[in-house]
Amino acid sequence: MIALDKRPNPSALYATLSPFIALALTLIAGVILFLAIGKSPAAALYAYFIEPLTEGWSLHELAVKATPLILIGAGLCIAFLSGNWNIGAEGQLVMGAIAGALVPVLMPEFRNILTLPLMLCLGMLGGALWASVPGLLKAKFGTSEILTSLMLVYVAQLFLDWLVRGPWRDPAGYNFPQTVRFSPEATMPAIDYASGRAHWGFGIAIIVALALWYMLARTRRGFSLRVTGQSPRAARFGGFSPGRTTMFAFLLSGALAGLAGIIEVSGAIGQLRPTISPGYGFTAIIVAFLGRLNPAGAILAGLVLALSYLGGEAAQITLGVSDKIARVFQGMILFFVLGCDTLINYRIRLKGASVSGTAAVTPAATVGPEQKRDIDAAAGAVPEAGRHA
Amino acid sequence: MLSVEGLTKRFGTLVANDAVDLVITPGEIHALLGENGAGKSTFVKMLFGSLRPDAGIIRWEGQPVSIHTPAEARALGIGMVFQHFSLFEALTAGENIALAFEGGGTGHGAIGQKAREVSETYGLPIDPDALVGELSVGERQRIEIVRCLMQDPKLIILDEPTSVLTPQEAEKLFETLERLKGEGRSVLYISHRLDEVRRLCDRATVLRHGKVVTHCTPSEETASSLAAMMVGEEVEGFSRTASSNHASARAVLRLNGLSLPAASPFAVPLKNVDLTVPAGMVIGIAGVAGNGQGELFEAVSGEVLQNDAGMVAIDGTDAGQMDIEGRRALGAAFVPEERLGHGAAPAMPLTDNLFLSRHGTDSGSFTGTLGNILKGKLKTVAAHISATMDVRKGAPDPHASALSGGNLQKFLVGRELDREPLLIVVNQPTWGVDAGAAARIRGALAEVARRGGAVLAISQDLDELFEIADAIAVMHHGRMSKPIPIEDATREKIGLLMGGADPDHTELDEVQI
Repeated sequence: MIALDKRPNPSALYATLSPFIALALTLIAGVILFLAIGKSPAAALYAYFIEPLTEGWSLHELAVKATPLILIGAGLCIAFLSGNWNIGAEGQLVMGAIAGALVPVLMPEFRNILTLPLMLCLGMLGGALWASVPGLLKAKFGTSEILTSLMLVYVAQLFLDWLVRGPWRDPAGYNFPQTVRFSPEATMPAIDYASGRAHWGFGIAIIVALALWYMLARTRRGFSLRVTGQSPRAARFGGFSPGRTTMFAFLLSGALAGLAGIIEVSGAIGQLRPTISPGYGFTAIIVAFLGRLNPAGAILAGLVLALSYLGGEAAQITLGVSDKIARVFQGMILFFVLGCDTLINYRIRLKGASVSGTAAVTPAATVGPEQKRDIDAAAGAVPEAGRHA
Repeated sequence: MLSVEGLTKRFGTLVANDAVDLVITPGEIHALLGENGAGKSTFVKMLFGSLRPDAGIIRWEGQPVSIHTPAEARALGIGMVFQHFSLFEALTAGENIALAFEGGGTGHGAIGQKAREVSETYGLPIDPDALVGELSVGERQRIEIVRCLMQDPKLIILDEPTSVLTPQEAEKLFETLERLKGEGRSVLYISHRLDEVRRLCDRATVLRHGKVVTHCTPSEETASSLAAMMVGEEVEGFSRTASSNHASARAVLRLNGLSLPAASPFAVPLKNVDLTVPAGMVIGIAGVAGNGQGELFEAVSGEVLQNDAGMVAIDGTDAGQMDIEGRRALGAAFVPEERLGHGAAPAMPLTDNLFLSRHGTDSGSFTGTLGNILKGKLKTVAAHISATMDVRKGAPDPHASALSGGNLQKFLVGRELDREPLLIVVNQPTWGVDAGAAARIRGALAEVARRGGAVLAISQDLDELFEIADAIAVMHHGRMSKPIPIEDATREKIGLLMGGADPDHTELDEVQI
């Protein structure tokens, strides 16, 4: 049997290096993968990771794809750090896009300088409302937010599907399942029309991520989030209500996912379609972890994951491999980051066959505090075990 | 029987055990004395196979042995009763005992039979069918001891066994130990209760900073000479000053019929607790662990709210519906039992932990207009607290978990006292704290009362309560006795109440404060 023992003093150096080690391991695994399917690893990795960075238009694409990843990833950092496992950002993105699109779809005549700001606000509101459902369920009833937030993703996606095929379908759209195209006033302006598609949403994402970093590191609100995630009981002793923290984390991360959604449709797509995201809400989970749950780190991590999307498209064209390869790389990154973090905090020990006769029975000692916190997080609010167990 | 030579264990740069020598002869009760962090636990873990020594020899009955696992230790004949029990609360006593023998080929019936024999032989009554979750701590300890004795050990290691017992229960334990000694079994007895050690133990080994200070015969020493060996300096006894006249003092904390249902199957419900803590006084709450003290603390602190606002009044204001911040704003301060994870966040620096309980009461001084934390101010105040309370630390602003228990507790008490609170409620103020730090903390608490503040001190340590309290009330099964003025309190009276004597049907009833 394999057991994980908590290390008394996890190395701070390795904790910092962990995302880089994970990226290196991902590349190595990538080499093996390409060898296995008979492609030249050098050419493949070049096409995947370098080529997209060599041309101006593809740098624009990188910014377009990084925008939602950074916005959502930075919000998820806040949620995860405070022990709130919001897995449903994809659904909150969709609901934010729908709420923001209320203006251009239902009030196409409302076209002035306030159009876009109103859409962005509605987008945040939509994402926050959708996230408030798992937040409330957790705060009031101790429901596992992992399940509820995830399940609401599919509800949101099907709702969007129904809207664009039904009531919101563009009557002049040749029966395609999509809404009217947004007016110029309802479109996120591009940074530089001449060179590519990148829009000011990227700037918003950077500013939001830096603001969240400041809040988390330097303010009382940020302190309450950190201490709640690290030590819930101490947080309660400090007067920070766990329910309020949960609500704040869900509302904030949901609002940012919603903002990412409306920015994506108003900046990159220009209308609502049945599918508006290639899974940004899920990929942002990887962004948050690769960025060390630090909103500023999420900027870099967002760019890396955006590259994995671009590389996937490039590999499809240059190498003729499936674009699912992007998913494989994203999965490997998350796997290796979490693997590195686990090995930094825990030591693997092989246990021999169970000790016969008088094996020590230590119910309290088998679950370390870290694991316990994870289990608590996974299982919702589990009442604290008796201290004298 | 057992001899240890030069046993050494290092954790990084820290030498937890430095060439420790010790000899235990058959039929001897040997005390292992030392402050918190002196290396007692490390030593015992090496004997019991939970830790591997870096150097040194363990000889068992003359033969050098290396003990890799607790199972090997048991096979040699070494048994251990831990301070924190390893029992499943949802199983019965008998099932818990049988679990330890699972796979040994003996059936449940045989084990039950043997358990009964052992418990009768040694005067350790247990009910095999009782759910452990419903048993007192003393009863749980008996299960652990019976389980240990069923393996017929030649050496029994007991880690702080009396810290959870009433004086009467402790007496019974001593009788059992004497009987074991009479059979030629040896006992390694870990304690910091010096009176106990002097009475019970034949010889003692004193550890300080991982080294053996001396081997001595406790009965020839005084409690203060033993304490001096442990601490390395004469411990300045805390001296009580006559309590001020408190007849007319206003009630700073008043509990009016405080009741609280149990939050979980193994929690203790509070039943109609009445108590008044007047200004200028220290009220002590005695009781065996697990009789509702933790629940009382959380109810008074506001971590758990009351149904009726009048159940808890702080300085005349009904506070039962206020959260902990609201109660702090009324002038109350709190120090919980668990330092790491409750009173402090382990992985956060001291400045953050200062902010933890002071962000509301000192909002103007620690946060700017944007809610931004003023680190510089926190550092200044943290340094001031560290200096006032003599907090010894390796770095200017270390993580809470990097401090020893005593130093962290000094910081946590100092954190609250620095506010000059009207009321301080503290649970187990010196639990697991070395003698020097304990004296300092007790002095600081008494100082609050002298300045006119009120102190509610919940403690399992009767010596401590007799030292600092002006009156002692006792909790048992979630009920609270009337406070007994210290002049009338005796260990016997308090002990009886701790054991569950009905306070309403004893002469104690007439004692009024």
